[in-house]
Amino acid sequence: MTDTDVKVVYKRPIGLTDITTHYCPGCTHGVAHRLIAEVLEEMGELRNTIGVAPVGCAVFAYNYFDFDFVEAAHGRAPAMATGIKRTLPDRLVFTYQGDGDLASMGMGETVAAAARGEQISIFFINNTNYGMTGGQMAPTTLPGQKTSSSPLGRDVETQGYPIRTAEMLATLDGASFVVRRSLHDARSIRNAKRAIRTAFEVQRAGLGFSMVELLSICPTNWGLNAPKSREWLKDHMLPYYPVGDFKVSEEAERVMKEVR
Amino acid sequence: MAKEMIKGNVAVAEAAVRAGLVSYFGYPITPQTELLEYLSARMPELGRAFVQAESELGAINMVYGAACTGLRTMSSSSSPGVSLMTEGISYIYGTEVPAVLVDVMRGGPGLGNISPSQADYTQVVHGGGHGEYHLIVLAPASVQEAIDLTAEAFDLAEKYRTVAVILMDGFLGQMMEPAVLPPFKPVNMESPDYAVAPKEGREKRFLSSINIDAPAQERLNIHQMRKWEEITRNEVRYEGYFLDDAEYVVVGFGTCGRIALTAVREAREKGIKIGLLRPVSLSPYPTEILDKLAERAKGFLVVEMNNGQMLEDVVSVVARRAPVHFYGRMGGMVPYPDEISQAIDEMIESDAGPELDGRAKWLKHMRETIGQGA
Repeated sequence: MTDTDVKVVYKRPIGLTDITTHYCPGCTHGVAHRLIAEVLEEMGELRNTIGVAPVGCAVFAYNYFDFDFVEAAHGRAPAMATGIKRTLPDRLVFTYQGDGDLASMGMGETVAAAARGEQISIFFINNTNYGMTGGQMAPTTLPGQKTSSSPLGRDVETQGYPIRTAEMLATLDGASFVVRRSLHDARSIRNAKRAIRTAFEVQRAGLGFSMVELLSICPTNWGLNAPKSREWLKDHMLPYYPVGDFKVSEEAERVMKEVR
Repeated sequence: MAKEMIKGNVAVAEAAVRAGLVSYFGYPITPQTELLEYLSARMPELGRAFVQAESELGAINMVYGAACTGLRTMSSSSSPGVSLMTEGISYIYGTEVPAVLVDVMRGGPGLGNISPSQADYTQVVHGGGHGEYHLIVLAPASVQEAIDLTAEAFDLAEKYRTVAVILMDGFLGQMMEPAVLPPFKPVNMESPDYAVAPKEGREKRFLSSINIDAPAQERLNIHQMRKWEEITRNEVRYEGYFLDDAEYVVVGFGTCGRIALTAVREAREKGIKIGLLRPVSLSPYPTEILDKLAERAKGFLVVEMNNGQMLEDVVSVVARRAPVHFYGRMGGMVPYPDEISQAIDEMIESDAGPELDGRAKWLKHMRETIGQGA
């Protein structure tokens, strides 16, 4: 065998530290982390990026990413990212938030950041429940879905309806690139990576606010193994939370085409 | 530099600009709003960051983010807004990054009103947020002092990597008087070595207030307490007036301290041996001078625009060596010098011993006079 026959096709991206995460087996947080790290490496921005971690399952994200990070108060990541970005406008700044953090506690900060056209990127993990505290009902929990705080299934009469965050933010003029992707199969993951790249490119070009909502699985709290969780996502989440591009400004569209 | 007529809120804003403020984040609330309005024009004019946030929660967390870059940042608000900010203040303190906050206090509780008050002494001086922390709290009594303390607040926040608060009231924020603004300091855009401001060739950094490992959290608590001891040793500030031969001592801060000075001067003219201690740093508190005064004073009179919040700190230092009288107005009411003069006379005529409950005596007086039916 000659040297040319040996080719590394898969390795840990340099943007991730070489330590074991605390995420549950099968959880898609690891996939989302990897995609962000790969994109920043490919863009040559690892030493020019500051991440903002949420409160929730990704509270320790700063341990896993090998670049500068801060840890926000619950829900306040978009405000904290705003403070950083306005102070250091030449750096890339992103938040990584779950559905309790972003769509419940921090919806105000999220909407305001989008409306201001804040030059930050948000990666929003939607797994329809509060993972870290043990699977309580989230703003994204589906009608009828059982969680530890909606044990009979979410009753929309008393517990309200889920929030479609991407569709809602897409109504704001300040939002430049707002899309939803899924992490349930390889093809979707490749599409998700392109969306993450586009979000960062939109920010790098100064085109305004960008958010990528990522449909994710939570095998532990859903009480399903990983393959069944992926099926559940496909069967139940995709109909309610369709994958799509909800806001792509003209300038962002040009960036998007280049990424494809 | 020439003196100019300048409003307290605007003076603090311009003083911050001249101290090298890099970013400001705030939310409109009376009686602080002119500070935000002024900076909404001034900061962009100088190419610096200004954001009118969606709420005080948003504002303080923007400050938190900016503080993590180690560059000069501040917010300002008034009582109800500061309540919302206490979450963020606890996080900023926990992360040990520098920030300055201006609190232009108004009457409360609840929505209260927009009149001057000192009702948030306890909230700001003794905590307010969760966890254990001590802020540096500076209380000016004039527009000039507000200007001077603003520059100092930035230096102290940076020196100790902590939160420094300018605690003033609506009276001071809204008042115009002649003052001198300092020259411009150069703006520092070089982040310190603990801050997040990534660049090629250096290790990753992260800043956080999380310590999931309890022993590590306790070590951090010890470190922060040690830092507080150092601040207590080095950063006490107060003004004393006629204290050298004083047999009686009035204690008041900020606007109330300034009004009390008028009453103290009048009493001196009548030949009463009385002085004024005006704490400028409310935290750390000027405990040492108060303790010395308690060795010889026949009586103390604490005056505040609240129900006797600093009174408790004075009582604890005086430790029953002399009676501690109290006179306060609440709810956005400001005392006239005459009212304090009367309280001085009552203190001198009083035969109360060191066990006096100054607040109970004052409350009885209030109920019998202006508070009838309360």
